[in-house]
Amino acid sequence: MPPVAAARPRLVVAGAWAAFAVLLGLFPVVFTNPTVTTIGVFTLVYMTAAVAWNSFAGYSGYVALGHAVFFGTGAYTMALVSTHWNFAAGYTMFALVPAGGVVAALMAIPFGLIALRTRRHTFVVITIAVFFVVQLLAFNLGFTQGSSGVQVPTPTWGATQYNNSFYYVTLGVLAFALAISAAIRRSRFGLQLLAIRDDEDRARGLGVKVQRVKLLSFMVSAVPVGMVGAIYAFFIGQIFPQFAFDPLFDVTVALMAFFGGLGTLSGPLLGALVLEPIQQYLTLQYSVGSVYLVIYGALFLLVILVMPRGIVPTLAERVAARRERTQAARLVGEDPGVPPVVDVGSPVGASR
Amino acid sequence: MGTSIVEAIIDGILTGGVYALMAAGLTLIFGVMDIINIAQGIFVVLGAYLSYALSVHAGIDPFLGLLITIPALFVIGLGVEWGFIRRLREGDRTAMSILVTYAVSIIIEGVLNMTFSVNYVQIHAWYVNRSVHILGFYLADIYLFGFAMAAVLLVALYALLYRTRFGASVRAALQDRTAARLVGIDVRRVSTVSFGIGVAVTAAGGMIFGATNAFNASSSYDLISRLLAIVILGGLGSMGGALLSAVFMLVLEDVVAVVWSPIWATAVFFAALVVVLSVRPAGFFGRQVARAQ
Repeated sequence: MPPVAAARPRLVVAGAWAAFAVLLGLFPVVFTNPTVTTIGVFTLVYMTAAVAWNSFAGYSGYVALGHAVFFGTGAYTMALVSTHWNFAAGYTMFALVPAGGVVAALMAIPFGLIALRTRRHTFVVITIAVFFVVQLLAFNLGFTQGSSGVQVPTPTWGATQYNNSFYYVTLGVLAFALAISAAIRRSRFGLQLLAIRDDEDRARGLGVKVQRVKLLSFMVSAVPVGMVGAIYAFFIGQIFPQFAFDPLFDVTVALMAFFGGLGTLSGPLLGALVLEPIQQYLTLQYSVGSVYLVIYGALFLLVILVMPRGIVPTLAERVAARRERTQAARLVGEDPGVPPVVDVGSPVGASR
Repeated sequence: MGTSIVEAIIDGILTGGVYALMAAGLTLIFGVMDIINIAQGIFVVLGAYLSYALSVHAGIDPFLGLLITIPALFVIGLGVEWGFIRRLREGDRTAMSILVTYAVSIIIEGVLNMTFSVNYVQIHAWYVNRSVHILGFYLADIYLFGFAMAAVLLVALYALLYRTRFGASVRAALQDRTAARLVGIDVRRVSTVSFGIGVAVTAAGGMIFGATNAFNASSSYDLISRLLAIVILGGLGSMGGALLSAVFMLVLEDVVAVVWSPIWATAVFFAALVVVLSVRPAGFFGRQVARAQ
């Protein structure tokens, strides 16, 4: 991979993030239509999940297709705890969101201990296998109430405010997931993950405790996914094993990260931001006939073939190439005056 | 109880043969091209639907219809390989192949849902609901026929791979793509044809699947997860491993269904994979790769 010549001022990047945050914050104020805000909530849920998934899979190179386990765990934590302890269906319910994250992280321990012994293809398949085992457990264990599902208390607040509370709580979890992902990238821990991605045996040889690092990263990535799972259960109001543990979730989240740019901070965010509204829109538009499956699949193929590395790395490269050309044309031998800054959009590790 | 266990074992072996055929295609594709074909599940369902359509609309016997459906899926396989798989870059082929074939899979799923609706259907023929009584056991005709057909096709596949010049180049590509290219094998052509063959076998597997199960397009999720479990357990790229683990898994599942409960049979199927892989990370016959990444 050629190094991306990044010379974007830090201020512009910070400004872009701030503008993005403001836009997301203002969204439900501008668009009050419940159909639109519902899509907004789902989009935030997937953005969070994609960012979290990427903080493990994107950095370590282990393509996991089992994060629906954490999503479902979070959803069931919310549903079961709130019904068994008769939670009042108000804002206190959101106190269970972190609990969903914690239980998902605990779930990641046995899952990771089994799956992370294997590599590459085998790892992909074993995550799928573990996923199906867990889904079957949800169907068949007594306390999950099987295929009849679990009813979650319905929120007490009014219809006009209904979506907004979910929206802002999910936005908070998204900020949390982004903070984790950014912190990992800047840390020694993140470098160890990247070393594992590039060459695991060499990383081990150089003293990286690979199993411990991988497992910890796997657990950390489970937390935000479990949290949005909990929000999802409360938002939907009723959960069933096949929707809480949905094989499509596994693939969708991975797809979003690939689509935006695997291993980048903003890529998964962008991937989910583009794909989830399209999916929701197509599902609403063509609820009968599965046309949306065809359109979605075709779109997906197109992007993979046109931008195989994802939107963010491809665009970052083009922008950098153009800037280099213009700079070269303008000045020869003069100090550019702008210190090279690590590009937010560049793949991790590629810029150094 | 004793009789039903023996019956479950026999059923498991018979259905295992059919799964072995479908898994052999998947493992062939993996071995030669280093890609995971997630669309294998939907190809099985597509094969089943083609046989179904032929028997319902044209009155063609499903076994006879294979003469049409096997070449049809072979051509579809060639098309998918040529259109999408070959365009992937070397570096991250495996990861991208999962996404590409998944995309192909949902497109086909959508088309099938539109064409055949989501209602479950099943292939019918005179032998589908009949069974023979041998040595005190009732054996369904369709299982016997399916097993026989799978055995014939597996032998044909074996002969193709081990008794022909083309087979030698496939095996060379299976061992080492670069070395195969260096000795003058057209690896791209071999890959395309292998993908075609790997997909074509699903037509036969799909026909039996469609005759023994009520299915719709989303049956593909269950199928692909089983097939992946089988090829991983056998060791990716190993034909013999795929055969053995297909029979092992299906027998295990059928026996668990009889002894314990059908509810847990599928869970045991995947749990077996997890257990075996924690002892042997490369499966029964997988090549241990010194530097896996």
